[in-house]
Amino acid sequence: MRRALIAIVAGAGLALTACGGGTATATPSPGTPITIGVSVSLTGDFSSDGPALVKGYDLWAEDVNKKGGLLGHPVTMKYVDDLSSTTQVVTNYQNLISSNHVALVFGPYSSLLTKPAATVVDRLGYAFPEPAGGAPSVFALNLHSLFFVQPAAIEDNLVSYTNWLLALPADQRPKTAAYATEDDPFTQPQIDKARKLLEAGGIQTVSYKVYPAETTDFTPLALKVASSNADAVILGTQVPDAIAFVKTFIAQHYNPKTLIETAGPDQGAQYSDKLGANTEGIMVPAGWTSGSQAFNNPTFVAEYIAKYGGTAADISADSAEGYSVGQVVEQAATKAGSIDNQKLIDTLHTGTYQTVQGPMGFDSVGRPQGGVGVFVEQWQNGNAVFVYPAAVAAAQPEYPKHDWQ
Amino acid sequence: MILVLEAAVLGVLTGGVYALMASGLTLIFGVMRIINVGHGALVVLGAYLSFVLWRNLNIDPFVSLVVTMPVMFVLGVILQVVFIRPLKADREALSVLVTYALALGIEGLLGFFFTSNYVQITAWYDTASFPIGNFRITYVYIYGFLLCLAILGAIFLMLYRTTFGGAIRATMLNRTAAQLVGIDVDRVSAVAFGIGMATAAAGGVVFGITNTFNPGSHYDLISRLLTIIVLGGLGSLRGAIIAALIMLVIEDITAVLISPVWADFVFFVVLVVVLLVRPQGLFGLRVRERL
Repeated sequence: MRRALIAIVAGAGLALTACGGGTATATPSPGTPITIGVSVSLTGDFSSDGPALVKGYDLWAEDVNKKGGLLGHPVTMKYVDDLSSTTQVVTNYQNLISSNHVALVFGPYSSLLTKPAATVVDRLGYAFPEPAGGAPSVFALNLHSLFFVQPAAIEDNLVSYTNWLLALPADQRPKTAAYATEDDPFTQPQIDKARKLLEAGGIQTVSYKVYPAETTDFTPLALKVASSNADAVILGTQVPDAIAFVKTFIAQHYNPKTLIETAGPDQGAQYSDKLGANTEGIMVPAGWTSGSQAFNNPTFVAEYIAKYGGTAADISADSAEGYSVGQVVEQAATKAGSIDNQKLIDTLHTGTYQTVQGPMGFDSVGRPQGGVGVFVEQWQNGNAVFVYPAAVAAAQPEYPKHDWQ
Repeated sequence: MILVLEAAVLGVLTGGVYALMASGLTLIFGVMRIINVGHGALVVLGAYLSFVLWRNLNIDPFVSLVVTMPVMFVLGVILQVVFIRPLKADREALSVLVTYALALGIEGLLGFFFTSNYVQITAWYDTASFPIGNFRITYVYIYGFLLCLAILGAIFLMLYRTTFGGAIRATMLNRTAAQLVGIDVDRVSAVAFGIGMATAAAGGVVFGITNTFNPGSHYDLISRLLTIIVLGGLGSLRGAIIAALIMLVIEDITAVLISPVWADFVFFVVLVVVLLVRPQGLFGLRVRERL
């Protein structure tokens, strides 16, 4: 029995583990091929986002190589799986830089992984343009080498949504709101800021729950939200919980007037094929939509479909964010006339860069500046469309949300 | 109060599904004294098999068990013969490594064929519900619980009402003595592993309807299943069932009453207290001896 228990502990340890210095290299001589290193989550909690990011990076690399490469250097992408682990991601960037001597590195998926990775990348003297680490805790590192390539810092993602809710006529505005969020640095800051803004605007909080990111059974949480009978439901989710909450709401015949989820509804078919027509009216904060006319976006969408198949609705925002990182680096390299990391860092702190998510610049710690902000996207008739603010809206917001079908 | 009752009912229903998944794990340990850390991956494999039949041939996921359970049984027998049987010395420790490698292999293959995108089996009963008093129960949880009762009932009948069941119980009690009285323990072990995998397929189908999953979903699953069989008592079928129900009811009630953040903690406090009082788990040796 004792041996069995020891073996059990060893087994559990193995299972859990899986869940889990130098300086910048010399600038390559003109015309020589370069490798860009990325740690991506191909397994573990972020294993659906990792491959989407890879698609965006690959598409950009293809595009830049068609134009003769990055400042004349043909680009090869090198990906290493980080298992969605905060320790593995650090090892990966150390190896990519110190052992593989890649010329540049791009960021991983999520604030959770970006934070530990950014510290080591900074120490090794590399620029760290990254697509998905925009939590307050990332900028609190005060790193000069980090650049978050999205239209706004993560905690502001729901500001457009709260502006819209509070701008509704008083008799239509929700009176109560329920919140539930993963304890993830990507989701919780968004929910907390939205709650603060809505409470200041007079919308009463009737339920607020934070749950561990490792949670697998979301039904009790969804029951708690449903039992609050709140007018507005605001959820800090990734894909699995985004779907699970909606399914429980449908089963409970709970129809809030408005429902927004921080991630999930922005994942195209990966979200909609689980919910079918019941995606109708669900909202998500989004800095990118396939229908956007931002810089090169129509080309990006067309190339994506040509390379990976499917429709525009199938494209994950993660891919657009990855592609944007490449765009920003390409423009900075052209502007600096070099792919030297220090020159790229200095250059990226000045000026504005055009991406498929719109224009953006960066402050001293890499927080996006001067962008167009994060908008509100809503599923309508099987497509996710921008509905707020009016300047970018392709349709009117559907409010109150239709009952489940 | 209604919410607590609702959480308790939900805990019992989902606990049944976890009991089904854990039953195979504890049976395999009881017969072979191996820790199958690949069991979570086998559950996910079962979910994918049902997913394929549902997506490509439009076969109802519960009906698909007619195909997936025998397939998984045969696969289990093969895996036992090829990977587990050769382990002669230090089985408990080596089995962890072998079955973990098996889990990684299954994850890799599933990733190759299905990518890491999340999938889910959908059916009318995954969101349809009926009222009980002031709350609603989703049909899939009732169906899942009934499936659990049927399969676990069949396993108990097989164990206590058949000659082969007697051979399994004898092997669980004392492998060497069973060999001495002429029981082919290798055959018993292979069949027990097959049964374990067939129950994984059954658990997998409910898991696949109630959760989105991808090839990496087995990590969270195996942690929970191992915890269940430790609480229930290694090798005890009844222990696994009771422990699964306790785990899910405690977690669900804590989640709605206090906070989801405390759900695991409260359960582990219970686990530690039980292990302090009964290091062999709730039904450890006593029930296994009776089995």
